[in-house]
Amino acid sequence: MPKIPLKWLEESIDLLPGSTGADVAAALVRVGLEEEGIEGGSVTGPLVIGRVMSLVKEEQSNGKTINYCRVDVGSHNDPEGPGHKPDNKVEYPSSRGIVCGAHNFVEGDFVVVVLPGATLPGPFPISGRKTYGHWSDGMICSAKELGLGEDHSGIIVLSSPSGQSSVFEGVSVPTDALVPGADAIPLLGLDEQTIEINVTPDRGYSFSVRGVAREYSHSTGQPLRDPAAIAVSGRRGAGFPVDIDDQAPIRGRVGCDRFAARILRGFDPAAPSPTWMKRRLDQAGMRPISLAVDVTNYVMLELGQPLHAYDLAKLEEPIVVRRAKAGETLVTLDDVERKLDPEDILVTDSVGGAGERIIGLGGVMGGLDTEISDTTTDILLEAAHWDPISIARTARRHRLGSEASRRYERGVDTALPPHAIERALGLMKEFGGGEIEEIYTDINHVDPIKPIVMDASYPSTLVGVEYRQDVVVDSLEQVGCIVVEDGTKLTVTPPSWRPDLESPVNLVEEVARLEGYDTLPSVLPVAPPGRGLTHSQKTRRSVARTLAEAGLTEVLTYPFMAEARLDDMLVPADDFRRVQAVRLANPLSADKPLMRTGLTATLIDAVKTNLGRGAQDVAVYEIGRAYRADLIGDVPRSFSGSTITPDDVQRLNEALPGQRRRVAGIMAGNRVPASWNHGAEAFDWTDAIAMVQKVAAVCGVELEVSREPFEHLSAAPAHPGRVAFFRLADGEPIGFAGEMHPKVCENLGLPARTVGFEVVLDPMIDASEGRIAPATPVSQQVLAKEDFAFVVPDYVPAGSLVAAVKSAGGELVEDAHVFDVYTGSQIGAGKKSLAVNVVMRAADRTLSADEVLAVREAIIAAAGEEFGAVLR
Amino acid sequence: MTDLSPLDADGVQAAVDEALAAFAAATTLDELKDARLAHTGDKAPLTLANRAIKDVAPTDKAAAGKAMGAARAAMGRALAARTEELEAERDARVLVEETVDVTLPVQRGLVGARHPLETMQETMCDTFVAMGWEVAEGPEMEAEWFNFDALNFDPDHPAREMQDTFFIDPPESGLLLRTHTSPVQVRAALDRRDALVREGRGIYVVCPGKTFRTDELDATHTPVFHQIEGLAVDKGLTMAHLKGTLDAFARSLFGPDAVTRLRPSFFPFTEPSAEMDLRCFVCGGSDASCRTCSGTGWIEWGGCGMTHPNVLIAAGIDPFEYTAFAFGMGIERTLMFRHGVKDMRDMVEGDVHFSQQFGMEI
Repeated sequence: MPKIPLKWLEESIDLLPGSTGADVAAALVRVGLEEEGIEGGSVTGPLVIGRVMSLVKEEQSNGKTINYCRVDVGSHNDPEGPGHKPDNKVEYPSSRGIVCGAHNFVEGDFVVVVLPGATLPGPFPISGRKTYGHWSDGMICSAKELGLGEDHSGIIVLSSPSGQSSVFEGVSVPTDALVPGADAIPLLGLDEQTIEINVTPDRGYSFSVRGVAREYSHSTGQPLRDPAAIAVSGRRGAGFPVDIDDQAPIRGRVGCDRFAARILRGFDPAAPSPTWMKRRLDQAGMRPISLAVDVTNYVMLELGQPLHAYDLAKLEEPIVVRRAKAGETLVTLDDVERKLDPEDILVTDSVGGAGERIIGLGGVMGGLDTEISDTTTDILLEAAHWDPISIARTARRHRLGSEASRRYERGVDTALPPHAIERALGLMKEFGGGEIEEIYTDINHVDPIKPIVMDASYPSTLVGVEYRQDVVVDSLEQVGCIVVEDGTKLTVTPPSWRPDLESPVNLVEEVARLEGYDTLPSVLPVAPPGRGLTHSQKTRRSVARTLAEAGLTEVLTYPFMAEARLDDMLVPADDFRRVQAVRLANPLSADKPLMRTGLTATLIDAVKTNLGRGAQDVAVYEIGRAYRADLIGDVPRSFSGSTITPDDVQRLNEALPGQRRRVAGIMAGNRVPASWNHGAEAFDWTDAIAMVQKVAAVCGVELEVSREPFEHLSAAPAHPGRVAFFRLADGEPIGFAGEMHPKVCENLGLPARTVGFEVVLDPMIDASEGRIAPATPVSQQVLAKEDFAFVVPDYVPAGSLVAAVKSAGGELVEDAHVFDVYTGSQIGAGKKSLAVNVVMRAADRTLSADEVLAVREAIIAAAGEEFGAVLR
Repeated sequence: MTDLSPLDADGVQAAVDEALAAFAAATTLDELKDARLAHTGDKAPLTLANRAIKDVAPTDKAAAGKAMGAARAAMGRALAARTEELEAERDARVLVEETVDVTLPVQRGLVGARHPLETMQETMCDTFVAMGWEVAEGPEMEAEWFNFDALNFDPDHPAREMQDTFFIDPPESGLLLRTHTSPVQVRAALDRRDALVREGRGIYVVCPGKTFRTDELDATHTPVFHQIEGLAVDKGLTMAHLKGTLDAFARSLFGPDAVTRLRPSFFPFTEPSAEMDLRCFVCGGSDASCRTCSGTGWIEWGGCGMTHPNVLIAAGIDPFEYTAFAFGMGIERTLMFRHGVKDMRDMVEGDVHFSQQFGMEI
C-alpha cells in the first residue's frame, strides 16, 4: 500500500499548521483512507554535526583497530582540560571523546555525531560508556544507524575538506550548514515522516501523492495544487508508430484504450539521480536504480500513472498492442519465463514482422529485450491506460502483482498519459540531458464518461441528514465532478480519475463522506413485531445447555480432516463417511484436504488437546455441521436475469452438499473422580446412550434403540458389541452411542473404554416442529406393581422383551423396565434372567386383583411365545 | 419406716417436695426415669399412701383423696416439665453431635460449560430478538453465487480476491466455504420479500454463524471464525437508522454509555460504506496506555453501510421503493476485546478450561 512522505505531499497541498504524521493520518481516515503505519521522526537529539579534530588508531588485543577521536561538537563540547575518566591523564581542547571502529574518515572530516541522551531508530537509546580503555560519549553514525539506507560499512562523511575521504551521497547538506554542534536532524531530513495508507479497492487514484493530497483537501478544505496540471509541450501526431489491435476484448472491453509514447534523444545514461529523488523513493519504499528508472517510478508515485521506458535503439517499429497467442512465452524484467495465455494483453514490436516480438505484458511488467541499460541514450517512454479486468486477470494468472498492475486493477486516471510523460521526460532532461521530440504519439480511444442523473434530495433520503442542494453540488464539485443543475435534477459527470463513480449511490457516499460521517444522527428504527427464535434455534440452545449441565464442556473444532483420521477410526473403504467426503480445492494444510463427514472425527482433536495438557477425565461436546458430498448436485452458476427466482434458489439449494447439524460428545476417564466420601466412577457405554436419550428428550422425540447398523455406515469408530444405533419412529437413521473400539483408542491415544455419541439434530428437531402436545390427565388412582423374572436365550435384547411386555399388557401398563440382569450356573449356559418391573394403573379406578392377574398372565404368555421366556 | 398416711398433710407435702427435688436433680432422661420410678412407682410412699385411701375413715376419704390428688398432680406437672427440658437438651445435643464439615468438597462428577463464542452469539441474537428482529441462518458450504455474485462482487474485482476463499474441489463446482454470513442476508431477504411487498412487513434479521477464510491460525487470526451480520430492509431506512441500531447493540453489550463511530470505507455490497468503531469501554479514550484500545480511544468493531441497490435487486427487492442497511462484526474479535482474551488459539484448541471460565452464560 502506498507510502507518502509528508514533504512530498506538501508540494501539492499545504498541511494544516503544526501537523504531524498522526494528524495527517487522522484527517485522511475521516474521508476513508485508513493509516497502516507512520515512519520517520523517531530520532530524538542531540544528533549534531561534528568535526573530527584528532584521530588515534589503537590496535586491540582482539586484533581489531579502533580510533579514539576527539570531535568538535560546538556547544556540546566538554570544556578544555583533562578528559573523562579513564582519559583524565591528558589535557584535551574543548571537544568530546568518541571511540569509533570505522576507518573511512580522517581528521578534519565533518561527520554526524549522536550524543548521550539521544535515541536512534530501534528505539536505541544512547548513553556514554567505557569501552576499549576510553570513555566514549556516543557514536559517529553510519547511514544504517540513522535509517538513511542500508550502508553500514563505514560512517557518514558529510564533507572532507582534505579530499581524502569519500563523501556520503544519500543526503546533501549545504556547506554553510556544516557547523560543529548544529542540529543534524533537520539537515538530514530525519524529522520527515512518511505515512502508509490502506487504499480500498474502489479508490485507485489514491495510490499516488496526487490522490492522497486530493483526499487531504477533501478532509481539511486546504486547496489542492494538482501536480498533474502541467501543460503538454509539443504536438500530438505521428510520433513513434503504435497500433492497437485487440481481437479478443474481455467482457466487451478493449484491453488498451489509451497509449501515449514520446522519445527523448541524447540522454546521459551515467547521470545520477538527484539525492532528493533517491531519498523520496527510499521513503516511499522503492529502491533507487538509475536516473531513467527512478524518474518513471517517481512520476508513478507522484501522479499514479505507471510508465515504461524502452531503449529506442532496441525497438523495431511499429509497436503493436495485441492479445497473446497460445504457446507464446515472455521473459519478464524479474527474469522469469512466463507461458502466456490468449487473454493476456501484450506490447510487441516488429522484430521479425509486425507485432512478432513480445516486449512486455501490458500494464503489468516489461520484457528484458528492450529494457533500458547503462548505455541507453535514446528512450521511448510509454504511458498507457489498460482495462482493469484484463490486468487483474493477467496479474492473478501469472501471480505477478506489480506496482503498475496494482494501480491499473483499481483504476488509473485516463487523462494522465501525456501529462505524466511531460513530467517524466522533463525530469530526465533536467538531470540527464537530451532533447524531447516535438511530436508525440497519443492513441486515445477512451470512452466519454457517462453522466449520472440524480435527484438532489437522494443523498438526504439515503443518509438521513438534510443536505441542502448547494451542499450536494459543492461536495460533488470538490470531488472533481461537473454538475449541471435542472431544478432538483442533477446531471453529474465524474472526473476521469474516479471510474468507481458509476451510479447515484456512489455520489451519495461522496456527499456523505465529504460532509462527514460524524454528522449522522443516531435513530433506532422500529421493527415490526418479530416471531422470536425458531423452534430449531430454541431446541438447539436447550440441547447445548442440557449437555453442559450433564457435565460435558462445549468446544468448537475445525472441520478440516485428514484421511488418516478415518483410518485411525477404522472407517472402512466403502463407508459413506469416506466415500462421500467433500474435498477442498485449496486446503490450508495439504494433509487435511477433507471436510469432516461427522463431528466425532474432529472432536477427537479437542480430547487430545486436553489429554496432552495432563487432563485425565475429559468430557466434551460440539454442536455443528458435517458435510456429505452425496447430495452435491449441479450447482447453477448464473441465472436468467439479475434477480434470482424462488425456483433458482430451490435448484441451487438442492445442489448444495448435505450439511445437517449434529451433536457429538466424547467422554474419557471418570464421570465422577474419587473423593473423600466415594470411589471413582468411570464413564461407560451407558453414559453415552444416556446422553443421546437426554438430547432426544429435549428434542421431544422417542428414538428406537438397536444394535443394527445403518446402510453404508459401519459401526466404526465404536466397539461393535457395545454400540447402540438410534432411529426415528419412521426408521430414519439418527446416530450412534457407545464405547470406542479398543483399536481406535489405541490408534488415537485415547484412554481405554473412551465412550462417545453422535446424532443428527435437524431431523429430530424437525420431527417436533409445530407439535402441540396434548396433556394427559394425571391419574389419582393408586398404582399396582408386578415383578417378573424371565429366563430367555442370551441373544434376546432386553429392549425387545420390554417392548413385548408393554404391548401385551395393553393400556393398563403405565411403565415397564428391566431392573436386574443375571447370568450364571443357576440359569444355565446360553441363557440369562431379566427381572422386569411392570407398573399398572387405570385412569378411573383402582385395579382389582383379577384385572392385575389377567395382565400378568397376558405378559407371561406373550414373553413365552415371542422369546421362549419362562418365569424363573 | 412407717407407711405414710394420706391424712398426714405434712408427710405428704414432704414426700412431694422430695419427689420434686429428685426430678429437678435429674440431669438426664435416664436419671429422670429412675426418679419417676422412685417417687411415683408402685413402692413409692405416695403410691402406697394413695392406695391407703380406701382404708381411712369414710368421713376422711374426701379430704384424703383431695390431698393425694393435689400431690400427684404437682408431681405430674413437675415430671412433664422436666421431661420436656431434658428432651430439648438431648435434641440440641444430637444436632451438635451430628455437625459435619461443610467445607469439604461436595462436587460429584464433572462440571460442564458452554463455549463462550456460542453464548456470545446467543446474547447478541437476544438483543435483536428483543427489538423484534429475527435470527436467520444458512448453509456454511455455499454457492459462489450467494457468497459473491448476489453481493455485487464483480468476478474480476480485486475485492473478490481479498476474501481468501476456500473452494470446494473440483474448482469448477461453484461451491465454497462461505467467507462471511452475508449470503444469509440475501437468503433471508428472498424468504421474506413477499411479506415485505404484500404486507409492508419490513425485513429485520441478524445472521450469526461460522465463516471461513484461508488464514493460518495465529494469535489474532483463525481460518474458521464466527460473524454476526444484520440486515434491515424497509421504506425510508437511512444511515441514521444504521447508526441508531449499532448504538443500541453497543449499549446492550458494553453498557449504557457505549457509543459507536462510523468512518468511510468500501465494501462491494454496501454504498455508502463505513467502518464501525466502538468508543473504548475501558478507558473511554482517557488513557494513552490503555491495552484495550491501544490508547486510541476507539476499538475497530466491524463494517457496515447502506445495502447496495444491486444486492436488493438480486434479492428481488425494488431499491427505489425500499432502502436497506447492513452491518457485520466478528464474534471472536468481540470476545477478545470484551473479555481480554489475548490469544485466538485459546478459542479453537478445545481446552475445556477456556470454556469453563465462562460457565453457562456470558
